[in-house]
Amino acid sequence: MAPEMLLSLLTSTLWQTVQMVVVAGVIGTAIGLPIGVFLATSGKGELFPAPLTNRIIGLIVNATRSTPFIILVVAIIPFTRLVAGTSIGTGAAIVPLTVATIPFVARLIEAAIREVDKGLIEAARAMGATPFQIVTKVLLAEARPSITMALTLTIVSLIGYSAMVGAVGGGGLGDLGIRYGYQRFMPEVMLAVVLVLIVLVQAVQSAGDALARRFDKRHRKHG
Amino acid sequence: MADIPTAPPPGGPLPADTAPPMVAFEQVSKVYAATGSQAAFTALDDINYSVPRGTITGIIGRSGAGKSTLIRLVNGLEKPTGGRVLVDGTDVAAQSESALRTLRRSVGMIFQHFNLLSSRTVFDNVAMPLEIAGQSPAEIKARVAPLLDLVGLGDKAGRYPAELSGGQKQRVGIARALATSPKLLLSDEATSALDPETTLQILDLLKTINHDLGLTVLLITHEMDVIKAVTSHVAVLDQGRVAESGRTFDVFMSPQHATTRVLLSSMPGSGLPDAIQRRLKPTPAAGDNVLVRLVFFGKTANQPLTARMASTLEADVNIIAGAIDEIGGEPCGTLVVAYPADPAVMERAAQFYQQTGLRAEVLGYGA
Ligand SMILES: Nc1ncnc2c1ncn2[C@@H]1O[C@H](COP(=O)(O)OP(=O)(O)OP(=O)(O)O)[C@@H](O)[C@H]1O
Ligand SMILES: [Mg+2]
Repeated sequence: MAPEMLLSLLTSTLWQTVQMVVVAGVIGTAIGLPIGVFLATSGKGELFPAPLTNRIIGLIVNATRSTPFIILVVAIIPFTRLVAGTSIGTGAAIVPLTVATIPFVARLIEAAIREVDKGLIEAARAMGATPFQIVTKVLLAEARPSITMALTLTIVSLIGYSAMVGAVGGGGLGDLGIRYGYQRFMPEVMLAVVLVLIVLVQAVQSAGDALARRFDKRHRKHG
Repeated sequence: MADIPTAPPPGGPLPADTAPPMVAFEQVSKVYAATGSQAAFTALDDINYSVPRGTITGIIGRSGAGKSTLIRLVNGLEKPTGGRVLVDGTDVAAQSESALRTLRRSVGMIFQHFNLLSSRTVFDNVAMPLEIAGQSPAEIKARVAPLLDLVGLGDKAGRYPAELSGGQKQRVGIARALATSPKLLLSDEATSALDPETTLQILDLLKTINHDLGLTVLLITHEMDVIKAVTSHVAVLDQGRVAESGRTFDVFMSPQHATTRVLLSSMPGSGLPDAIQRRLKPTPAAGDNVLVRLVFFGKTANQPLTARMASTLEADVNIIAGAIDEIGGEPCGTLVVAYPADPAVMERAAQFYQQTGLRAEVLGYGA
């Protein structure tokens, strides 16, 4: 393949990947984060005790997470068509990506919040904080480094998942790699795709790590 | 002879014994409900106790005695299963959630592990209760700076807790607890994670706060040293019950309950050197000496009694060990002496103690 041709394919599919990852990441986090907070605070004797709802949501989250992504993509096609108006293309691919992101984020956020020292909740209660203030001023604030790591992991996973939505014509880098690199046997395209993905994932991970480190005041910094 | 300088009861203008108590426990019990395999557990059983206003009052007990449970009832972190806890006359458990939050702003609390937010600077940690109470940034700023000065951390405002020593962290905890100008400060083992010297500094700070701000302090601890250093009143908690209570000095001087004696015996300086302790026998043999612990306090604290003792007893009196101390702000001394376990000498000694008001306790007999 001509280098200009390859470059233009790479940039256009990279853009599709970025679109899918960003939109699914933002919507998935917007919905998954509150669910994660709820899961972490609604057990028996916790801030918003609702053990039954907690169990039911937990079950739904587990069910979604244990469904292989490619099956999820196909299984929710009717829903995708309802939301996106079509079941083909980058826009349509965002729907299953988002659906898969929500429980993923929810569990990671739940874990991050459960890590927060219970003594801090106690201290805030003793100050007269409302449960909502405890969530915003204690739980989310203290879990911020872990939440940053969790969202970084989410984005990296989304980049991986987005490679699979070629099956529904979602486009993106993964799709390019499969169609040209594998089906038409153009190893240089496969190589280029893999290199771009590595750089992308590496950049996201480093940025996330750096941000988490900046938020993390739990340890004394040396040097 | 001049009057003995007995320390005035620390605290505000009201005499501690007549003013209505700051905290009153009335027939309080707490039973933790059974869960799964765990049987129900009675952590507190019929507690009746009043914390005098303006005092530093201590609650001491062994691990698991129910101290934390008791103190958590005061600010409603835990609800009693029986009886009432009154804070300044208000029944804590009867409050609505929002009234309880308001009440909590008038009750500060400090913790063994400080419980500071790692993500907030020293300044922002102290500001937190004010933020929660909805104060403006200007109000917060005006309040936090003097508080940091009060606890000696004026230069650490921008630091994070991870950059502070344990003692400094507890100072932040104290400043935070004082932010909303409470009338009562609760302390749950606030010095247990600190070394002895830092402990004394923190206790001094609590004394200063109690004295200067007229704040009532209720502290729980398993360390007699802490009780001795700062409290004027104490309650001994044993298996969920108040074993005994009263002025710290009185409880120390004449402990009534076995648990109190055990707690007292764990204090450094209260025991004999091991070498002597091991040779002590419960009954005398011919020619043995008797070892007696003499306690000086109040009137007897500064009379030349030991000098008179030898002549009164008509026997040699050996001084084995001695210490001068202050309990609940009152001076006292202990002296361990040995003299012949001869019936006549011991009879004269008994009379001597009775006449002078010296408190004497036979520790044992030995050669
Ligand atoms: N939430 C709970 N559920 C069941 N039992 C509890 C609970 N909290 C405390 N207990 C029990 O109540 C008893 C008193 O506990 P508490 O924490 O008040 O003791 P403590 O005197 O503060 O001990 P320590 O000095 O070790 O802190 C203990 O036996 C403990 O196991
Ligand atoms: Mg405790």
